Amino acid sequence: MTMQFNDETFRGDYTYHNSPEAIRRFPFPFDQDTYMYSVNIEQHPGGPQGTPFEKMFDVDEHYVAEMKDREITLAEDPLRCQSLPHMELAGWDLLELIMVSKARDYPDLFTLHRDGNDWHWVNKPLGIEKNFTFLDATTLPCGPMEYITRQTQGDFALLHERDNNLWMDAGMITSQADWSLDFDVGMNFFEWHAPVPKARKMGVFDKALKFLLAVDQGQHYRRLNWTMTVNPRLDTSPENYHKWGPEKRTVTPENVGQKQFLRVELQTFFRLPRSNALAFPIRCYLMNLEDIASKPKWGRRLHRVLRDIDPALAEYKGFAVNQKIIVDYLSQFDDGAPTTPGIFPDV
Amino acid sequence: MKKLCLKVAAVEQLSPLVKRFRFEDPTGASLPVFSGGAHLTVEMPEGDMIRRNSYSLISDPYDGSGYEIAVRREDKGRGGSLYMHTKVAEGDEITVSVPSNLFQLDLRARKHVLIGGGIGITPFLSQLRQLDMEQKPYELHYAARSREEAAGIRLLPQAAHIHVHISEEGARMDLGAILDGQPLGTHVYTCGPDGLISAVADQTARLGWPKTSVHSEAFTAPPPGEPFDVVVKSSGKTVHVKADQSLLEALEAAKVEIDYSCRGGACGRCHTKVTACDGRILHNDHWLSDDERAAQQDIMPCMSRFKGTRLELDL
Repeated sequence: MTMQFNDETFRGDYTYHNSPEAIRRFPFPFDQDTYMYSVNIEQHPGGPQGTPFEKMFDVDEHYVAEMKDREITLAEDPLRCQSLPHMELAGWDLLELIMVSKARDYPDLFTLHRDGNDWHWVNKPLGIEKNFTFLDATTLPCGPMEYITRQTQGDFALLHERDNNLWMDAGMITSQADWSLDFDVGMNFFEWHAPVPKARKMGVFDKALKFLLAVDQGQHYRRLNWTMTVNPRLDTSPENYHKWGPEKRTVTPENVGQKQFLRVELQTFFRLPRSNALAFPIRCYLMNLEDIASKPKWGRRLHRVLRDIDPALAEYKGFAVNQKIIVDYLSQFDDGAPTTPGIFPDV
Repeated sequence: MKKLCLKVAAVEQLSPLVKRFRFEDPTGASLPVFSGGAHLTVEMPEGDMIRRNSYSLISDPYDGSGYEIAVRREDKGRGGSLYMHTKVAEGDEITVSVPSNLFQLDLRARKHVLIGGGIGITPFLSQLRQLDMEQKPYELHYAARSREEAAGIRLLPQAAHIHVHISEEGARMDLGAILDGQPLGTHVYTCGPDGLISAVADQTARLGWPKTSVHSEAFTAPPPGEPFDVVVKSSGKTVHVKADQSLLEALEAAKVEIDYSCRGGACGRCHTKVTACDGRILHNDHWLSDDERAAQQDIMPCMSRFKGTRLELDL
């Protein structure tokens, strides 16, 4: 195997770390020095070589550790993975999409052999080898969505289309930015987005829903979203708020560079063939302020974005309490020089 | 929209008016599978214009070896089905869209009742294969005027839950008998003439069915009509719409950028604002509400036409 996987944790001693290569390829979400909502959608996959946009499902140095963290979260709370009965077919569609994509994009890590519905899957990083019958759930240890998403980085929501709306009827959600699948399961697009400030009035959701309903097979899209997290914790769920909420109060001017993480979600959209459902993978990337500021363009820009952001968004994204410490820290990297357009670092 | 360049692998006359077409990848590669009720948009180039019609897929949705459609010849249409019947032969190349679905099964249903009238049987031919594979209970009712016209009979399996109603033989479909007494949680799907769709809507309303359990698909090819002119607001350019051309096709031929999917007035993708209208819009779509139609400030260019002196579109 050519890829090296980190031995690291996302809880307790928090040994999560980014290599220089991981820093270089981080999906920095700001393409300008200010931020407001936009329907910032691009075609997926596609992007410069080595970026997380290049492949359908990005696999990086955190893969094995993220899958171990998911296992811990699921053992403590099985309701993080739910699939309403009519969504099993969408689960098979998702399993096929991921297995076929990963075997094609990472042939040294994953292989898939298909003889009709007799499938043979090998996942080398996780040491899994499995013969099973496609579309026959009795041949897997769990449902198809759970099976494949225990082997794929990122959260997954499967959306059922009916009555001109989308319904969150299945998902695997263990690395979420403070929302709960158990609360949202069965809700429609407007219902599960109800807590987002300002956006509904701006018409963002009407446009976004219209766009999503029109996504056809064979056309995949992505957008970046972001928030802020103290400590490199994947499971920032409402269920476990008592564990991570108080950690926000541990940020000081001395430790903010290491402790405060920018949390970026690479969200992608796929129309699934047999179920006509939409798959909505939400992949989480974490990087602390110190590593971000190692790229001068990113240090300058993040300072300006977080300094000037709408107070309602700072509150919603959960960092208002530490905004001053964060902005003060970042100001040392901002010499006032202009920044270049686009998200990629100059060096 | 993603397109596929395929080869016409088979053409078969199913009835005096209906032909079945099978398309395959020229290299034998597997095509994207699809869901029951999905359709394809077929490109029909003729001279300097490209006509595009959407047709329901009738083949096994989980079989990527080929796509099949059934086309009824409409002699009074704007020429799309005539093109398919007279110009398309085995071995020809043909460009189609990837499958897209505006008439999917709701797999939450305890039971599915499928009602097809005439050529409206087509979406159910893929749906019933999906229902068989998913092992869901269903019954299908197919109504046609005469056995000769009932092209779908040859494509339907013989089974106790497949019912054929031929009105010429005195076996007219009785919607009341079909819909009354269905178990709670049943969904009904109708495809066919507008009269059949509204009859099912009326009957289910009388029986107290939830509206969300009643599904229909009425999209048809755009009708021909009298020629008219339309003004594109951004460029000020006047585009002429010929008698056998849809407004959408005329705009495409004039290189005006406009989105589309179903081309049958059902999906809403080509919805366009009207900025000036001196005359009457002939709405032929199933997308706009009655109020929107009356206001004449919106138009669906895939289906609708115009009669009057000036129509300006926000394009």
